[in-house]
Amino acid sequence: MKELMLGNKAVARGLYESGCLFISSYPGTPSTEVTEEAAKYPEIYCEWAPNEKVAMEAAFGACLAGKRSFCGMKHVGLNVAANPLYTMSYTGVNAGLVIVVADDAGMHSSQNEQDSRHHAIAAKVPMLEPADSAEAIAYTKLAYEISEEFDTPVIIKMCTRVSHSQSVVEKGERVVPTKKYEKNIAKYVMMPGNAKKRHPIVEERTAKLIEFAETNPVNRIEWGDLKLGVITSSTSYQYTKEVFGDGCSVLKLGMVNPLPVKLIREFAAHVEKLVVIEELDPVIENHCKALGLEVSGKDALPMIDEFSQSLIAKTLLNKTAQSVSLDCPIPPRPPVMCAGCPHRGLFYTLAKNKCTVLGDIGCYTLGAVAPLSAMEMTLCMGASVSALHGFNKAGGADAEKKTVAVIGDSTFMHSGMTGLANIAYNQTNSTVIILDNSITGMTGHQQNPTTGFNLRGDPAGKIDLEALCRAMGFERVRVVDPYNLKECDAAIKEELAAEAPSVIISRRPCALLKYVKHKAPVRVDPEKCRGCKSCMRIGCPAISMKNGKAVIDNTLCVGCGVCTQLCAFGAFETGGKEAE
Amino acid sequence: MESKNIMIVGVGGQGSLLASKLLGHLLLTQGYDVKVSEVHGMSQRGGSVVTYVRCGDKVYSPVIDPGEADYIVSFELLEAARWLPYLKKDGVIVTNTQRIDPMPVITGAAEYPEGLVEKMRDAGAKVDALDCLALAEQAGSAKAVNIVLLGRLSHYFDAPEEAWQASLEAIVPPKFLEMNKKAFALGQAAEN
Repeated sequence: MKELMLGNKAVARGLYESGCLFISSYPGTPSTEVTEEAAKYPEIYCEWAPNEKVAMEAAFGACLAGKRSFCGMKHVGLNVAANPLYTMSYTGVNAGLVIVVADDAGMHSSQNEQDSRHHAIAAKVPMLEPADSAEAIAYTKLAYEISEEFDTPVIIKMCTRVSHSQSVVEKGERVVPTKKYEKNIAKYVMMPGNAKKRHPIVEERTAKLIEFAETNPVNRIEWGDLKLGVITSSTSYQYTKEVFGDGCSVLKLGMVNPLPVKLIREFAAHVEKLVVIEELDPVIENHCKALGLEVSGKDALPMIDEFSQSLIAKTLLNKTAQSVSLDCPIPPRPPVMCAGCPHRGLFYTLAKNKCTVLGDIGCYTLGAVAPLSAMEMTLCMGASVSALHGFNKAGGADAEKKTVAVIGDSTFMHSGMTGLANIAYNQTNSTVIILDNSITGMTGHQQNPTTGFNLRGDPAGKIDLEALCRAMGFERVRVVDPYNLKECDAAIKEELAAEAPSVIISRRPCALLKYVKHKAPVRVDPEKCRGCKSCMRIGCPAISMKNGKAVIDNTLCVGCGVCTQLCAFGAFETGGKEAE
Repeated sequence: MESKNIMIVGVGGQGSLLASKLLGHLLLTQGYDVKVSEVHGMSQRGGSVVTYVRCGDKVYSPVIDPGEADYIVSFELLEAARWLPYLKKDGVIVTNTQRIDPMPVITGAAEYPEGLVEKMRDAGAKVDALDCLALAEQAGSAKAVNIVLLGRLSHYFDAPEEAWQASLEAIVPPKFLEMNKKAFALGQAAEN
């Protein structure tokens, strides 16, 4: 039966049908739903690991033990997992091992738009790239076949538009092939003597995979008009077909590493003009150029942002669709911290104290946005803590007295702990603030090692953040409620002044969590409100000014009461009662 | 089969994912090839959000570009205006008249433009505007704005009433089905 299925859910279906038995992943938009959807199949063991490196190594261990295994991550997650990946290429696998990496061209929810194909090339690992949900199922199954036949991990590269688009699929049956673990020191212990013998095997494997790429239908030619030949893959294939239909011939590459040679030469020989249409970097184009082919692509198409049919129509055919527009300015609607977000009170306090705030990856990155504007650096997972140490060493006591790192609970587990170890070890009087909202928020509420629950929501091990920080050598560890501005203010002032490293845990569950009870909306007494706009400094979407007075949007306000602490005239009253 | 491009636009958290799921289901039962594209993550946090629904004999691209939308279904007035350039020349905007101030308006850095329905009409768009929030509340929940809008959109589609009802039953959780059916009927019947 035909049904509409999200690309990520289709990968999960492919995992199920391939007999995958073990999944370890770290959430990251746009990859997260692969693992969440796979967890709906009770036959597959699924877990969230603390980070992508741990996830990939866990999946490797499971494939050694003889079960088809999987791990999923976003593009920047593959940087974290690059270490095991590059050597797993040498060891190969036992049962099949498949990795999903989801790129985010256009940076809908990411800090850069790196092209993951470079990792596949550098690690010498095959990479498949589906263009819709039906291919996502088919390629996942093919990936396991390649993995076991060629003794290699296989990467499936997704992108936002394939991961988060629904298209029509048909389901198949599940088969579960397993293998036995056998001791093989020469294959699995990568010390120099053994690794030297494995590297030639990797090169031979690549040569065999190129042969595979020449003939396997994963790469296919769709002959159309021979005046124009387009080599493309993934979502760029869809845009190409949308614009040209049969008006050009297409070589659609489902396997983007290694790339075929003979197939590309044959295609090029039949068409008058050869163009490569690929998002981000010119990987296929450079391959064609290295083969000595006359080809165009990035001379006209951008290396920046995602593509679309209109971009291709405009660039290659100089065609633009007619459209309607207004001449009045339309104010932007940027994402904001939700009403009741526990991060708000803490960031307000940091802004008030004129702190230099080194930030991290999560919802709280929105602390950088006006009116709070209380974050001055965001780089990658965990960098707030490590960079704070460097900033303070270089800046000395002046820096130590006003600089803090802010990092979420999940991000801290991911790679904040090692930075904290460096502070404890190499000694700066740094103040690290862990924003513990008891969930991985930004990616849509995934559990993590501090929440006490596993991926399926069942009780699990729970890491005690206070005990962990103390065990690392931090004597100053304190917990504050970010809804209590006085408490936050005192903690930040005292810990910055202290001649010792310290950790402040700002603890309050995400306001969107289902178990969090909301209070009745705050009320404003218009008689008392002087219209001073003090309450506007926290950037709460539930508060606005109408006719010179503050008004509360009752559909948004959850009664957190942070605004009531800002009003010098007592105009704000908490409702008190719990709404539901 | 006639192809259709429908955009569902609104503010993060307003329920556009359920609307696109229902619409995708309906179009699939009508024998179309269908693609639905949405964006998750950062943009959900109260930002401007858009979902693309495309159907036809064969659909390639999952996205809709400026000048390509036959219908824009909008949960909020400013969002209708923001995405107006995506409308085809003879396209229709079905919009909720609700106003939700974005942060730059709340902080006073920008103004919410007045008279947007008239402005969009003056620009040449067909605008079908109704107070969906009031109708949703009448049906039993402010959260049913999405279904009120789909009820309104059903006017423009050939699909039979039974097909819409069947898709509602397939997609909406049983607990909320009656309320959503009422919301759908109110959207369908509304005068504007």
